Amino acid sequence: MITLGAACLIFAFVVAIFAALMALVGTRGDRRFVDSSRRAVYAFAALVTVSVVVVEAAFARTDLSLQVVADHSSTTTPAFYRLTAMWSSQEGSLLLWAWVLSLTSSAVLFATRNKHRELAPWATAILMGLGAFFTGLMLFDANPFARLSPVPPEGVGLEPLLRHPAMAIHPPMLYTGYVFFAIPFAFAIAALVTRRLDASWIRSTRRFALIAWLCLGVGILLGARWSYSELGWGGYWGWDPVENASLMPWLVGTAFLHSIMVQERRGMLRVWNVTLICMTFSLALLGTFLVRSGILQSIHAFGESTVGGPLLALIGLVVVGSALLIASRVPDLRSEKRIESIFSREAIFLVNNLLLVGLAAVIFWGTFFPLISELFTGSKASLAAPWFDRYTTPLAILLVLFTGIGPLFAWRRVSFGAAKRLLARPALVALVVTGLLIAFTDADAHPWALVMFAFAAFALAALVQEFARGASAYRSLSGGSYPRALAGLFARNRRRYGGYVVHAGLAILLIAVAASSSFQTSRDLRLRPGQSATVDNYTIKYVKPTAEISPAEQRLTFGSVLAVSKDGKSYTTLYPSRNYYSGVGGGTPLTGGPIRSFFEGEATSEVGRKTTVGGDIWTSMIPDLGPLNPLINKSDRKLEKLGRGVSPKDTRAQQVLGALQGLAVRKIEQTYLNDPPPVTFRVNVNPLVSWIWVGGAIAVIGGLVAIWPAPEARRRRVSDVYAARLARELGRA
Amino acid sequence: MEIVLALVIVAAVVWFVSVPLRRSRDEEAAASQRVEDPRVAELEARKEAKYREIKDAELDREQGKLSQADWSRQDAELRRDAIAILKELDEARTAAEGEVASKR
Repeated sequence: MITLGAACLIFAFVVAIFAALMALVGTRGDRRFVDSSRRAVYAFAALVTVSVVVVEAAFARTDLSLQVVADHSSTTTPAFYRLTAMWSSQEGSLLLWAWVLSLTSSAVLFATRNKHRELAPWATAILMGLGAFFTGLMLFDANPFARLSPVPPEGVGLEPLLRHPAMAIHPPMLYTGYVFFAIPFAFAIAALVTRRLDASWIRSTRRFALIAWLCLGVGILLGARWSYSELGWGGYWGWDPVENASLMPWLVGTAFLHSIMVQERRGMLRVWNVTLICMTFSLALLGTFLVRSGILQSIHAFGESTVGGPLLALIGLVVVGSALLIASRVPDLRSEKRIESIFSREAIFLVNNLLLVGLAAVIFWGTFFPLISELFTGSKASLAAPWFDRYTTPLAILLVLFTGIGPLFAWRRVSFGAAKRLLARPALVALVVTGLLIAFTDADAHPWALVMFAFAAFALAALVQEFARGASAYRSLSGGSYPRALAGLFARNRRRYGGYVVHAGLAILLIAVAASSSFQTSRDLRLRPGQSATVDNYTIKYVKPTAEISPAEQRLTFGSVLAVSKDGKSYTTLYPSRNYYSGVGGGTPLTGGPIRSFFEGEATSEVGRKTTVGGDIWTSMIPDLGPLNPLINKSDRKLEKLGRGVSPKDTRAQQVLGALQGLAVRKIEQTYLNDPPPVTFRVNVNPLVSWIWVGGAIAVIGGLVAIWPAPEARRRRVSDVYAARLARELGRA
Repeated sequence: MEIVLALVIVAAVVWFVSVPLRRSRDEEAAASQRVEDPRVAELEARKEAKYREIKDAELDREQGKLSQADWSRQDAELRRDAIAILKELDEARTAAEGEVASKR
């Protein structure tokens, strides 16, 4: 089937070029070419799907004749991770990009098949230009169907750090987010080319932008969760270049989603909107580039490769091309309307937009500072987390404040008196919360955190007020109970109230970020069994070591049992551990001897954690392997001596060698248990950290509510009511 | 076997993609008719947005964000705009239908 998959990828490349050319011919108005190009997009999707299925099937049955499988999987890789190993590879992730692009392009072109006579051909040409680029990149630079000869007896295995459930979903989510932003981008460019600059392109692509935003957000959250539970450094966000690369398009995409509402309702911010979506898509491509080029030092070093050059050329083309196009259309994009008052929703949206883009700009500068410094000084200088915190914290705090103010104001204007009345209660809540925090906690020692709590309290109170007033208004119009009114409110305006739920989720998330970062206690403890130490008001006792061998995964695990007491009373038991993988099939190429390879490859942490509403006590461990070194070296020398004369084809002898290696690993395990070396534990007390995930989940639910389409019948009913009312007036006019 | 399957796929793709290129003149006219006129689409988008503005203004009044006086002024303005859009929409639809008829 490999030949079939490879052939389908070649056909897909040809079909993408054909679709783009047909669409360009169709821009002259001949529908036959437009319809043919649209069908070619569907065919492109089908062909790429076949390629994906063939690659996935090869991973599922560990077909080591395929280089991508041999480099990223092995017979010992667990079945679930074999299926997700595709996107850990360069080739597989490009295939995923092309696949998501093909499906989403098909979806949008199907949905708009009888619309956008002028825009659709241009949008098709752009989308299929991207399709041809990514399939071409695979064919000429990173072919997922490249074969190996001779076929190796075992694969390298999946990178151990990626053996985490969140990592199975995180990359597809991020890529779906990146790729979905291609849809509004393509239609925006089409609108610019054809000078059809009204809001109809926004109307047709808004939902795709929302899905992109949501998927990217979920991807970022899952990445943070993975970092928190797998990387062993104790945090969820390290301002790593690849993390930043996903956050930047999310921030600018958030700004876009808000400002298109202003264009739809008020006809304003048209230059700003096309600029934002071009920036968002450029940043999405930049995200792919950063993961895949390895140009910046990152925890995602497994993404290093050679496709950086073409990707950079594509980004350059998108940035320069769209900038020139926007500049040439500025006179057509100008709006005659102006913001009427600073006490209006559009004014607050604009402020929020500037804050979001400002945040993205700060992160962009910090992320690319190593390259900028290298350009001017010849040496790479990185900016660490404190630098990012210093500049992003004030912007994030202001963002939370305006997130609260925005929903309170009406479009166009509210009177000064009404503004005062609307702001009074949330402001009072913020003051009370601040007073209580100062009186009963040490929050005043962290002024930025205190301001964040106050503004987040303001935002949450404003949202509660908004829901309460909305439900009351609904009840006065339709009657019924409060819960029913609230449900009716959501049903009547999903986008607005779904958006408010997102705001509430993000306010909660940012409270948790402020609390867990400002009030965290972190200590590194070096303990032997029986020893204990105190962190915050917890006493940690290293009770005993544990060890486990998993032959199926070629994994050796050293762990520990920690008894935790709080204020003198037994609180919980934690079980942090450290996993070491064999160089054969364990995810890292064999470098040293067979036993040494366990400890020289990538090790992963399983953290020991107790989660409560108030926060986490979090532990990871790194055992001192020094005392085990003589035994490791001795075992490797012996195994090397025994294996010297053995032919790789002599399976019986290889089996005996494998069994001896197993015995050597068992000996190390026993030594670790009988004569345990000291272990360095990192112990963090992270207040309110679990609320990050709760806030994130609430935001995701809100996003789903906003995306979910209202039933057609309801939309038609609402539209008909207004149409009938206006028709009567039209009769009188 | 795989090569034969690949050739079948190529043939299917060529057939599927070329269907519109093999359309008769009548089929072509019918297909063109189904596609929304861009001017009509633009006005439809503006109409929906205007309805939403009217709806939002009503909700804002109910929630006390707009005084009765502010709402009356705003609502009258929005309805005037909506009526103008509806008139334009009627004209655009008539023009689009005329265009289709002339093509026949």
